[in-house]
Amino acid sequence: MSGHPTYQPQSAFMRWMERRLPIGGLIYSSFVVYPTPRNLNYWWTFGGILAFMLGVQIVTGVVLAMHYTPQVDFAFDSVERIMRDVNYGWLLRYLHATGASMFFLAAYIHMFRGMYYGSYKDPREVLWILGVILLLLMIITGFMGYVLPWGQMSFWAATVITNLFSAIPLVGEPIVTWLWGGYAVGNPTLNRFYSLHYLLPFVIVGVVVLHIWALHVAGQNNPTGVEPKSEEDTVAFTPYATIKDSFLLAVFCILFAWFVFYIPNFLLAPDNYIPANPAVTPTHIVPEWYYLPFYAILRAIPNKLFGVMALGASILILAFLPWLDTSKVRSARYRPLYRQFFWVFVIVCVGLGWLGGKPPEGNYVLIARIFTVYYFAFFLVILPVLGKVERTKPLPNSISESVLREGKPIGAQAPPPAGAKV
Amino acid sequence: MAAARTILALAVSLAAPALAQEQETPAPPMNKWSFAGPFGKYDRAQLQRGLKVYREVCQVCHGLKLVAFRTLADPGGPGFTIAQATAIAAEYQVKGEPDDQGEVKDRPGRLADVFPTPFPNDQAARARYNAVPPDLSVIAKARGYERGFPRWVGDIFTQYQEQGVDYLTALLHGYRDSPPAGVTLPPGNFYNEYFPGHAIAMPPPLTDKRVDYTDGAPMTVEQYAKDISAFLMWTAEPHLEARKRVGMQVFIFLIVLAGLLYFTKKKVWHEVELHPEKLKPRPPSEYPRA
Ligand code: HEC
Ligand code: HEM
Repeated sequence: MSGHPTYQPQSAFMRWMERRLPIGGLIYSSFVVYPTPRNLNYWWTFGGILAFMLGVQIVTGVVLAMHYTPQVDFAFDSVERIMRDVNYGWLLRYLHATGASMFFLAAYIHMFRGMYYGSYKDPREVLWILGVILLLLMIITGFMGYVLPWGQMSFWAATVITNLFSAIPLVGEPIVTWLWGGYAVGNPTLNRFYSLHYLLPFVIVGVVVLHIWALHVAGQNNPTGVEPKSEEDTVAFTPYATIKDSFLLAVFCILFAWFVFYIPNFLLAPDNYIPANPAVTPTHIVPEWYYLPFYAILRAIPNKLFGVMALGASILILAFLPWLDTSKVRSARYRPLYRQFFWVFVIVCVGLGWLGGKPPEGNYVLIARIFTVYYFAFFLVILPVLGKVERTKPLPNSISESVLREGKPIGAQAPPPAGAKV
Repeated sequence: MAAARTILALAVSLAAPALAQEQETPAPPMNKWSFAGPFGKYDRAQLQRGLKVYREVCQVCHGLKLVAFRTLADPGGPGFTIAQATAIAAEYQVKGEPDDQGEVKDRPGRLADVFPTPFPNDQAARARYNAVPPDLSVIAKARGYERGFPRWVGDIFTQYQEQGVDYLTALLHGYRDSPPAGVTLPPGNFYNEYFPGHAIAMPPPLTDKRVDYTDGAPMTVEQYAKDISAFLMWTAEPHLEARKRVGMQVFIFLIVLAGLLYFTKKKVWHEVELHPEKLKPRPPSEYPRA
């Protein structure tokens, strides 16, 4: 980790530049010689995929914005005109609408990866929290974007979600009126959502920079959860990580293209092709799939205020994960019990997603409640207790050793991390 | 893993009765469409017949306000010539521009105009038919039906995107002369098997032989329903053919790219991955303390 070659500017211009703004050196040290653990698997490529998707959303979004009209009487038709009359407008819009889904898909995989391998633990707490902030910003940005085409779902999603704030005692109603800029979702609401939908992605870019900065200070975690200890444990970012990331990015783009070109409306609700109509409430108001788990938690709780609080808590609780998990061992590879609870957690999250799309009646509510309890118990009970009682498996001495003997330690075992129960 | 399986089994068994309740309106039958699948293309003759049905039946009540006459001659559409599209446009009267005196008169339609909407406003339509006939421009995408698990997962692979057109086709020949015993309809409504709630304010629009086909296609409600549905798919997705064509090019490009990247990756990682024994493991005594 020390002693990797430093940047040697090759051209006279870059030498000139380097004495004034050492951007070449920064790029060189961050994306060329930057040491990455040699045993990273493909789950580690999703960070790069996320950066790519953010770029896709911004580029397609900026061009869409050149043709879009944020006015309640024209918004729906302007999106349709983009699809019909703008050159490759159908491509831009389908890339952007499907891209949001792909963005969330990659984000969720990225987060589950972090949870499985304990990437949020010391010294990566800030890195993780920045990730939670990114998720929150994405959720808000995606929601506001969904309102822009001003279809039935746009309108009613905006109404339902903004109305959640009315659950706050005393100030709830004034807050909702303030958010709407009127007494109902209307033109002022659409205008401000558009403004914020344009702004927030650039805030996301800023937080992504911090996220990567924090990553480069702490270094990447890896499937063993054992920090690299010597040169042998790492490989240079370029070419090793770059080529691996590029390959999976290309595979991810194949999936993306499948949706964009062949089933572009698979992820869009048919109701959103009906222009917004405040007088007609759709039978089922369903948010985009990527909000469904949170929506299920909201509806699992009979009291509106507590439902809203649970919704907020379900996201915010992630920020406290580094301190709720008391185990000193990072990777689930060496935590046989945690691994089980983790997979149940994944199933519960997917299950909540499925329930979020179902009408809140009968057994659906019951299952949603059971799953909600598990969701919170996972963080508040299981993780704190597990760290104290779980017998972890012996850790390999180092990353290269785990590669050599498929994870079985050779010779003496590494000393267990302070406080770990073995 | 055992715990995960139990949770899954529990959830499935609890959900089963809830799932059973959902089958009220029958799922529309799936048709074979020329525009389905990765190589799908519109059948020009079918789109032209569909336009004929629209013009002779539906347009009395439904507009197509997003569809410009010029697009009738666009590639990937019904394949009219510019002259034919101009002639069709001229058969419509559209609201003109103010003249020197500030008077607005109707004038014949031009290529740049859109299909006019039959009612001046929703109230007028509702007064006449008890309900507002929706604009049909994007109706094929604005309707669909619950596919249910596990079919919706299969749809990702089979590329089934024709819920909308299948529903339209079913709706148009889903009328029953009288409602089943025990069901009473509100006045001015008709019984339709596929319409959610079954009571629809649209009178059965199609009857056999209602529209004259000159290309030998059967003049039946069934065929009319399919043709108008295909036409409405085109109005909803006028660039479907281009999308699928570009998609195939992008696909081939990406698969070749991914293949090349895969082999490059293998080569680059060869030393690191395939010959870990080249790494010198050090005795544990030499490990730096964490
Ligand atoms: C006599 C007027 C009239 C004619 C002709 C007519 N419709 Fe309709 N249509 C209506 C009305 C009224 C409704 C609204 C029905 C309701 O909401 O109950 C409607 C609704 C519809 C709907 C929406 C159904 C839904 O799921 O909400 C479709 C699709 C439709 N019509 C297609 C057609 C087609 C295709 C034709 C031509 C073959 C046609 N209509 C001819 C009056 C008409
Ligand atoms: C963080 C990244 C972003 C996400 C997650 C996101 C998400 C979304 C979503 C879900 C929609 C609705 C799509 C639909 O149903 O049609 C949308 C629409 C839109 N977005 Fe974004 N967006 C992002 C970035 C941007 C940026 C940077 C811009 C412009 C600078 C932008 C401009 C627009 C416009 C104009 C629309 C309306 C057109 C349409 O509906 O297709 N977006 N966005």
